[in-house]
Amino acid sequence: MAEKVLMKGNEAIAEAAIRSGCRHYFGYPITPQTELAAYMAKMMPKIGGTFLQAESEIAAINMVYGVAGTGKRVMTSSSSPGVSLKQEGISYIAGSDLPALIINVQRGGPGLGGIQPSQSDYFQATKGGGHGDYHLIVLAPASVQEMADLTALAFDLADKYRMPAMILADGTIGQMMEPVTLENIEYKPVEKPWAITGTEGKRKHNIINSLYLNPEMLEKKNLERFERYKTVEENEVRFESFMMDDAEIGLVAYGIAARVAKNAVTALRAEGIKAGLIRPVTLWPFPKKAVLEASDKVKAFVSVELSMGQMIEDIKLAENSKKPVVLCSRVGGMIPTPEQIIETVKNLEGGMD
Amino acid sequence: MAIVYEKPHALSDLELHYCPGCTHGIIHKLVAQAIDALDIEGITIGVAPVGCAVMAYDYFNCDMAEAAHGRAPAMATGIKRSLPDRIVFTYQGDGDLASIGMAETVHAATRGENITVIFVNNAIYGMTGGQMAPTSLPGQVTQTSPYGRDVKTAGYPVRVCEMLATLDGPEYIERVAVNSVKNINNAKRAIEKAFRNQVEGKGFSLIEVVSACPTNWGLSPQEALKWIDDKMIPYYPLGVYKDRTAAAAKEA
Repeated sequence: MAEKVLMKGNEAIAEAAIRSGCRHYFGYPITPQTELAAYMAKMMPKIGGTFLQAESEIAAINMVYGVAGTGKRVMTSSSSPGVSLKQEGISYIAGSDLPALIINVQRGGPGLGGIQPSQSDYFQATKGGGHGDYHLIVLAPASVQEMADLTALAFDLADKYRMPAMILADGTIGQMMEPVTLENIEYKPVEKPWAITGTEGKRKHNIINSLYLNPEMLEKKNLERFERYKTVEENEVRFESFMMDDAEIGLVAYGIAARVAKNAVTALRAEGIKAGLIRPVTLWPFPKKAVLEASDKVKAFVSVELSMGQMIEDIKLAENSKKPVVLCSRVGGMIPTPEQIIETVKNLEGGMD
Repeated sequence: MAIVYEKPHALSDLELHYCPGCTHGIIHKLVAQAIDALDIEGITIGVAPVGCAVMAYDYFNCDMAEAAHGRAPAMATGIKRSLPDRIVFTYQGDGDLASIGMAETVHAATRGENITVIFVNNAIYGMTGGQMAPTSLPGQVTQTSPYGRDVKTAGYPVRVCEMLATLDGPEYIERVAVNSVKNINNAKRAIEKAFRNQVEGKGFSLIEVVSACPTNWGLSPQEALKWIDDKMIPYYPLGVYKDRTAAAAKEA
């Protein structure tokens, strides 16, 4: 059996990134992702990598943009207010069709908000976030093990589809400690003939660019990018289905909310109430098909979120308003209890009979 | 027949889009000549700004990147950290470098990032049609200072070289101009030195090039060159503001 070590979620991301071949990290201090930067600051100099504390999140993401252009694996991490500042750079990275990894260990908002866990950056993460038409591959870990595994996956997918990827975590998963194994992570380098590495007089110059003043050309670029996104939607949806086979109430939750929801499902089942859980692992692409298929069987869906109701819109779009979808949430750094979810489900059951 | 003049190899064959009398063309040529002189085209990566030189990525034959507005020094930092044996330069205007990108400029300088920055100061936003720049002179009429730059409300221009020279990080800071043959020759020497410094691993070099924008200054090309002598250079004196190697040699 693979060796397990006890790690914080934030540290697991950092170690998984290093094992995935990432040798360049740029960040700016912010709670609650601090351990990630600290881990990189400690490790990168020892393995010939770059740790650079940038003057701002804006500078950090543009340093990421530079490294991404050279074809090397690169990442930055931050938390909600910092990720807002990175949006300009993320839009350029998407517009230049470059792979890169952005970590958002979410905290409560809007504005300076708080430092406790939240999932209120769902819209920002899954709908693009910056200006222009684009998507990120958005992965939502629900355990420290997944913090590691999805980091490795994010690098691979970003390289494969030449697009930025994001780990959308939260303060709880970032801070908590769990046993984790990292031995299964391996670095599979990808050829990047488009990278700016110096022509060495052997080829025409490469250009990393998102500017197309000719509208026909810009439209073409957008259409090409969305063709690629279609392939991602067809091939890269990941989710966990828990007790959904005969479920009458379908909970949908990701990250820390999914862990609480899973406990609620188990408790409801003990009481004879047929609840189940769909846990999206990819938030973009969203598991639309799984939700749509479930809508034939369930009486209603409950979106369990640490936000005022953001993912609930994607659930409704996916199931095409066939069944009611209700929200069960806490915000501002609060986390729903299993009891709150159980009560929501029971109220729903009562209303249906 | 002897060849007395050639287009530098590092410059592409595309026709430049710049206005008549604009000095970007001269500065592009000086950068390309430096790349040729040091024989580094194959290992050089340039970073273009947002501004009039936004399409500079098409004009140089080396690998190029197009940065977000003001972020060229951050992007160049990423490229240089990724490929330390490559020569990385940014080419930026005054709005890009001294307004929106001031933080990136100062911090790349203070880190002593081993890159070369070519800073074109023409005291105006050219690409967007002539708005007040951080380097517009007191009293200068622009689209957004139609009654002349009033220092009481719009503040004073930024002297980038003087400011950066106070930092310990930079290796070399010089201000030059391109409004006369003498000044162009001196600019050529300075730009080549800024690239050579990087080749020799000496660290951050910035050359500010006082430049003309006849279109947005509302002057003829010739008048614009004179305006540099009469108005710009008195406010932005030419010269070397920092030369760490020379200073160390002097001390020793």
